[in-house]
This record gives sequence, C-alpha cells and structure tokens, in this order.
Amino acid sequence: MALLSFERKYRVRGGTLIGGDLFDFWVGPFYVGFFGVTTAISALLGTLLIFYAASLGPTWNPWLISIAPPDISYGLRLAPLRDGGFWQIITIMAIIAFVSWALREVEICRKLGIGYHVPFAYGFAIFAYVSLEVIRPFLLGAWGFGFPYGIFSHLDWVSNTGYQYLHFHYNPAHMIAVSFFFVTGGALAFHGALVLSSVNPAPGEAVKSPEYEDAFFRDTIGYSVGTLGIHRLGLFLALSAGFWSAICIIISGPLWTRGWPEWWTWWLNLPIWS
Amino acid sequence: MARYQNLFTQVQLRGPLEAGPPLRDSTFQRSGKGFYNYWLGKLGAAQVGPVYLGTLGMASLLCAFLAFEIIGLNMAASVNWNPVQFVRQLPWLALEPPGPEWGFTPFVPLAKGGWWIIAGFFMTSSLLLWWLRTYRRARALGMGTHVAWAFAAGIFLIITLGFIRPMLMGSWAEAVPFGIFPHLDWTAAFSIRYGNLFYNPFHCLSIVFLYGSTLLFAMHGATILAVGRYGGEREIEQITDRGTASERAALFWRWTMGFNATMESIHRWAWWFAVLTPLTGGIGILLTGTVVDNWYLWAVTHHYAPGYPGTGVIDPATLPGAPK
Repeated sequence: MALLSFERKYRVRGGTLIGGDLFDFWVGPFYVGFFGVTTAISALLGTLLIFYAASLGPTWNPWLISIAPPDISYGLRLAPLRDGGFWQIITIMAIIAFVSWALREVEICRKLGIGYHVPFAYGFAIFAYVSLEVIRPFLLGAWGFGFPYGIFSHLDWVSNTGYQYLHFHYNPAHMIAVSFFFVTGGALAFHGALVLSSVNPAPGEAVKSPEYEDAFFRDTIGYSVGTLGIHRLGLFLALSAGFWSAICIIISGPLWTRGWPEWWTWWLNLPIWS
Repeated sequence: MARYQNLFTQVQLRGPLEAGPPLRDSTFQRSGKGFYNYWLGKLGAAQVGPVYLGTLGMASLLCAFLAFEIIGLNMAASVNWNPVQFVRQLPWLALEPPGPEWGFTPFVPLAKGGWWIIAGFFMTSSLLLWWLRTYRRARALGMGTHVAWAFAAGIFLIITLGFIRPMLMGSWAEAVPFGIFPHLDWTAAFSIRYGNLFYNPFHCLSIVFLYGSTLLFAMHGATILAVGRYGGEREIEQITDRGTASERAALFWRWTMGFNATMESIHRWAWWFAVLTPLTGGIGILLTGTVVDNWYLWAVTHHYAPGYPGTGVIDPATLPGAPK
C-alpha cells in the first residue's frame, strides 16, 4: 500500500455517518466506509448489467453499444429486461452509486476536518443526471424520454431531442448554461495560468507572491478577484453551468413544447414597442 | 450543526490600498490609486484598480470600439435607423459576411459584406493587441507568460472560424456572422450542412475538455474552499512549502478516487483542459468542409456510427444537373 509520506498521521478513526467503526477502513488508497460498500455494490452491479445488456445487443463495437430506455408505450411502468428493463435497473444503480459516492465524500470531509464543498458541488452533477433520466421523463410520463447508455447513441439522443424543439440554441436556459460553460473554461484557463506564471517565472526570476498575481490582473483589466475569491467564483461558475443545463432540459417538454425560436415572440410582442 | 463554510467573506479589512510591485520597462505608470467596493469584497478582493493603461491596451480598446460600432451601425441601418426597432429586433440583427459569389477576395462592397471584413479586421486586431498586452504585463512583473498562451488558444479558435477556414474554403460566406441569434443559427446550420458535428471526433474532444474544465473548476474551487480554514487559498505558499491544507486536499481526492494532484499540478491540469478546449475545437472546425464533407457518413465509414438502410428517396444533390 503506497502511502504519501504524510498520509499516516491523517488516517485516524471517526467521522462516519453510518456504521460507526465497522466500515471505517481503507483499501489501498481508497477510503471505504458504509457508503463505499454501497457505491461498490451498485457500481459493480450497474456495470455488469451494462456488459450483460451489451452482450444481448447486436454489436461489441464500443462506440456503438447502446442500452436504450423502454419504449414510450411503457409509460412510467417497469419494462421487461430486454425492452428497457436493463436501462431502468442500470439507472437505479447509477443513482445509488452517485448518491453513495457523495455521502462517502461527506464522510471523508468529516474525517479530514474540511468543508463540505466538494460533495455539495457533486450534488449539482447528480441533479443534472437525475433531471435527464428521472425528473424530465417523469414529468413527460414515460421513461422512454431518458437518454440511452451508449457513447454515440447518447449524442444522437441530444441531437434528436434538440431538433424536436427546432433549434435548441434559442432555449434561454440553454443560452445561460452554455455561457457559464464558456466563462468557466476561460476563468479556469486564467486561474491555472496565473498560478503557473507565478511559480514558473521567467528564467532567473524568483517565484512571485500573490501580490504579483493581483497586480497582473489589476494592471490588465483593473480588478483581481484574489486568491480566495477566484475559487468561490470558479465554483459558482461551474455549478451554474450544471444547474442551468438541468433547467434547460427540464423545461423542454414539460413547460414548452414548441420550437424554442418561437418562445422569443413574447419579446417582439411587448406592449412597449408601439 | 451549522458551521462556517467559507462561502462569503464575513469580516473585510480596510487599510492602505495595494499599489502593486514596481513595473519594469514600462512606458507609463499605473492609473489611479484604486478604491474599495463592499459587495465585491463579499466574494473576493474588495480593491478595484489601479489599472495600467498602456499603448497596446488603448490601441486594443480603440479597435474593439471600432468593431463594435461598425457592427452596431450596420445593424441599425438594417432596421432603417429606427431606434425602437433596433432595440426590439436587436437579438435577431446581424452583420453578415460576404455572400459566396465574392469568394475570398478582400475587396467587397461595404454593403455586401465589406463592413463584415472590416469589423472582423478590427476585432482581430483588438484581440492580438490585447494578447501582446497580457504578454507584456506579465513580463513587466517578472512573471511567466502562461496567461498569454492560454488566451492565444482562444484567439486561435476565433481566427480559425472567421478567417483561416474561410480562406481554406475560398469563401467569406463560410465565416460566422456578427449577431446574437445569427451566430447561433450559423452554428446549427454548420452542423447540419456537414452531417452533424457530434460525429466530428475533434468536436467530441472539445466538448470533453469543456465539460472537463467545468468539472475541474468545480472540484478545484470546492477543494480549496473546503481547506480554506487551513489557508488553502494561499496556493503559491502551499506549492513552495507544503502545509496541512495541501495535505488534506490531496488526501481527500486520494481517499475518494485513489488519485490526487498536487497543489501545482492541479493548475497544470486546469491549464491544459481549458486550453485544449478551443485548440481541439479549432482543429475540428478546420477539418470540416476542407477534409470531411459529412461527419456522419465519415463516421459510418470509420465504424463509429450505425449505417441505416436506404429509404429509397434519391438525394437530389446527387442527380446530374444539380447545382454544384
């Protein structure tokens, strides 16, 4: 078991939410805990089901393997395994695995005496996944509205679902989400670059302090959000991207059934123009 | 139960404003002394300014202003200079590039797309001047030039979309129009014209890096905030002289997923993921229409898209006499 040189002093008991000391141990670098057990079981079962369902399918080409949800005609009922039942069980296993993983992160946070920001942030990713596979299909009344499990088949689903609303770029929540994704990418580039440029200065230069980081951004754009602020800003931008992605798909169908370009006619018809 | 989770700054300090380290080889001094803003201080630094207004920066802003004005005035002209209709239709208004009949000639009548070329020239000049500014500001402080090179990746994508690919295709009409909805229309039409960009492997990579960047920033931002009570945001100190904040941050990920970055390497992961987003995206754009005409059919040929049986409908574009 490879330990980081300082790791041993942090490997102490305690911090668990469930199970007391029973699962309070590590396997290699991994912390286990009660939720590690539930993560492992659900992830393993889900993965095996994906392989088994794939074995019943027409291809072993990894790009083309696809495990589809049930037909719309099954509504919100359980479907036979080969007609989408695999998809249903895999989805349940995935949700158990994701939530267990988040709770395991909480236990690790407690053990290390650090804040809960990472599991909180991960919750947004789980929310986005559940929006696509549970909330929106539930609101539309059929599991068949979920996306299939396959590398290119899920892209086909995105394409087809988008064109059902004629032009998805006109979805206002999609606009907000994409903007947040782009801004997050830019902010990440600048943050990573700024730290690297301080600790890897020009040859012969001493490593620069945060005072220089602030000065660089103040000189260039007039404001530096600072060493603590950039992490708050980055977390906010990234979570907003995920949150608005979830919103943009939940409203497509349950709230708006026509083409998204048409949605904007409210703006053209405001009474202020005449 | 309720504990401080380091979401907002609760106590803001006020002292003399930071003037910044001395600048080397710079023509001008910093402008202003800066000031405090309470609400900015809630999230991050409260100090705004001072700023360095150099020659490159002023030239860049001038070019950006000219591009902005050319675009706006062309849009205003398109609604017959009616200010109400300008606001009402603004999201739909466009400054379109020259039509296909003009090829890639630099001399196009202004109203036929010439303005688009001029606006694009000024926008590109503005970006390149600003790039030089980021490079020079870093060097004036004795820092590395990582910000400039990250910015260059974004500029590469913009120039690819608006200049390099249209040049390779021999037509300005391939370029992106200026306008809010029009540039979205261009994106959708581009994808359909070339057989669904989702089957473009470089588009796949670009999306992976875009989502990966978001994931990384969520992970990194959250990790640093979580170890904020140990001074984790003092990343440079943690890199050069590791403390318990770095150790806990590393162990969190090691215990969670069996692998951890270091305080320095996480910023290299961040830089590369963010920079590879526009780089791979730009490569995907360059290949589209020049090397590959239909990504879906290309994917079928390369065994990563399913082929579907024919529908019996003949594609009119394949008939003799169809317009080329």
